[in-house]
This record gives sequence, C-alpha cells and structure tokens, in this order.
Amino acid sequence: MSERQVIIIGSGPAGLTAALYAARANLKPLVIEGIDAGGQLMLTTMVENWPGYRDGIMGPDLMAELRAQAERFGAEFIQGDVTAVDLSKPPFNVSLGKTNYLAHTLILATGASAKWLDLGVDKKLSGRGVSTCATCDGFFFKGLPVAVIGGGDTAMEEAIYLSKLATSVTVIHRRDTLRASKVMQDKAMSIPNISFLWDTEVLDIKDVDKGAVSSLVLRNLKTGERSELPIDGVFIGIGHTPNTVLFKGQLAMHDNGYLKTHDGSRTSVSGVFAAGDVQDHVYRQAVTAAGSGCMAAIDAERFLSGTLHDSSAAHLVTNS
Amino acid sequence: MASEKVKTFTDADFKDSVKSGVVLVDFWATWCAPCRRLAPTVDQLAEEYSGRVTVAKVDIDENPMTPGSFMVRGIPTLLLFKDGDLKETVVGLANKDDLSKLIDKHL
Repeated sequence: MSERQVIIIGSGPAGLTAALYAARANLKPLVIEGIDAGGQLMLTTMVENWPGYRDGIMGPDLMAELRAQAERFGAEFIQGDVTAVDLSKPPFNVSLGKTNYLAHTLILATGASAKWLDLGVDKKLSGRGVSTCATCDGFFFKGLPVAVIGGGDTAMEEAIYLSKLATSVTVIHRRDTLRASKVMQDKAMSIPNISFLWDTEVLDIKDVDKGAVSSLVLRNLKTGERSELPIDGVFIGIGHTPNTVLFKGQLAMHDNGYLKTHDGSRTSVSGVFAAGDVQDHVYRQAVTAAGSGCMAAIDAERFLSGTLHDSSAAHLVTNS
Repeated sequence: MASEKVKTFTDADFKDSVKSGVVLVDFWATWCAPCRRLAPTVDQLAEEYSGRVTVAKVDIDENPMTPGSFMVRGIPTLLLFKDGDLKETVVGLANKDDLSKLIDKHL
C-alpha cells in the first residue's frame, strides 16, 4: 500500500493550490482528482475576477494552468473518485475502490456541486431539458425559449450565456430582489431577451411522460396565483451543496453540511485539513478557494514537521 | 489520446451501426468540458470490452439529427443499444465501475 505525506482530495482551485504549495515544500503530494476534475470552473466560460488577468481567462484554461504549475513542482495526480476515507486514526486510509492509500495528512478540497430542485422530476428530466450547466447544454436550445431558476451569480451567468442562443430567457426567482453581484445584475437586466418573474416558485416541470421539458408550473408566492410557462429547457442555478458525504460522522460539520474549520484550515480531526468550497459557504470564490488551499498546505507542512501548535495551547503560553 | 477502439458514428450511418450487438454511444462536442472528462473512461471501456461491445462517439455539432431523434438535450450522454433497441441512457459524468455494471447487464 502506498503511503504518502500529503494526499489532497479534489482538484479545483483549492486542491491545486494546496498541491502547488505542498509540492514546493517537497512533500510530493498525491492529488486524487475526482470525477469532476478541475472543479466548478471547468463548467464556466470567462473568469473575470481572477487577479492578474485583466481581460479574464477561460475557466478550463485557468485550471489547466494551475494543474501544470503544481505538476511542474512534483505533484502527482490520479484520476478517479475516492470511495471511502477512514479518519479514525493516522495514517488515514483513503480508498478508490479496491486501491488503498495511507496519508499522514489529508487535505480535503472536494468542493460543492450544483443543487437540484427538490421536485423529483428534475433529475428524471436531466439531460432531457433540465440542466445545471448552461455552457454544456445551452447548445440544444438554439432558437427555443428557456427558463433559468435562481437569483445569484450562477443564475445570472447562465441567463446571460443562454440569451445568445435561446429566443427568450425567463429568470424565475423566489424573491423580489437578486442575490447576484451588481455587475452581473446590470448585465443581465440590460439584455432585451432576458425577463424576470419575481416572487415565483416552481411547483412542477412537465412533461416526464414525454421524456422532455415542455413547461413549468409556477406559483406566485405573494398572490398564490398559479400559472404555466411553456419552455423547452430549464437551467437550475439555485446554489450548491458541499461534497461531504465521505466525511459524515467523521468530521464536525455545520448544519448545512459544510465542514467546520478552525485556526486556519484545521478540521475536527488532527492532521486533516479542509480548503475551498467544501468548508466555505460564505465567499465561495475561486481566489478564496485558492487562498485556503495555500493555508491548508502550509498547515499540513507544519503539522508534519511538528511545528503546528494548537492555538489554545499557544494562548496559555503567552499568558503564563 | 483517444483509443483506436472507439469508432465514430455519423447521422448517415447511425441506424445501421447500432443494429446488432451491444453498442455504447458517447454523444459529445469539442466545447463540452465534462465530455472531455468522460472521454478517458469511454476509451478504457472500449479497450476492456473490445470484441464484445462496440464503443463509438457522435460529435453533436457535426451530427445534429441523431441526438435530436433520441431526445438528447444535454451532453455528455451515453446511450446503450442492444440489437438496435435503446436499453440505457446515462446523462452526465459517470464512473467506470457503474458503466461496466450497466454494460454487463446486457451481455
């Protein structure tokens, strides 16, 4: 069984930045990329808020650069999904099916995945007109009317992208104001074929029997009035849920499922660190994920060299 | 590095190509990032099932008719045919073990 100083689970901005720092610290990190290798940025187009790129950079290009940079310093990558971790005692066992690895420190950067509506039908119609990825599936709705559900940056980005393909884009949001950043709101509102349905929730997506999306059944939350909106595609941008199933019962989590961290990147288990969206339900930016990945690598390095001190102990020392 | 065992189907030859045996078809496009992620898995399946299962790709940009006729509205989508009948549909990313199980059901 292969034994490693550092294993990093996940390969988005957090995982790859952790890999870069751990590799430069000569820890020869092993990165288990996961089925969604590259993370959420792989599904975006232009990233305009990554510092240093004044004209923006394409999400997949940025991830390819980050990966190559980590690799240049000796990070090792394997494809595939982790199927189980055992955090009960170090070194920690990490399984990929029948293959097992032992890790003296673990950096968890498993990120978050797009949330689906809780309707049951949306998953049945996935790939049949229901999508969480406009850049993947927008192609199929050229010249057709579509809807976007949500009011945050993700929803606005999807609406803006789809407005170039679809005849009309109806944004459906539960509130009467958007959560999205000002710049995204302004951009979306300035596009003539994007319209907004406020205070509206989706009750149902038709038509499962036909195996294709034909309309949305909607309810106005203020008036209770029901309506039906004929559309061919519906894109869901209602937020994300952290990928923490592997750690259930092993690590402390917030009520919303995000991992709890303290004193930097430490989780509730000594030697296990977390970075990026899996532990961040507040900022959720590529650059904050990268920053926390750097923190996790430095924390892991200090842990391995025995110089990572418990902050409460440090506090006692300074007061004595 | 695509496997040589993966065939390329088009709108013109699709119907005939899935007519007999077990055929796994990967609908993809050059601009689709998740499709690129799935590609190595499809390659591996083509190698492993060589001689038993035909594994093929359809570029949806060049072949719009076939995805339309199977109501494919998202990629990557994998369709599994047995003797011309559509047996399984897998939308989005999937891991190799799950796909192997799905194929084994029809062998």
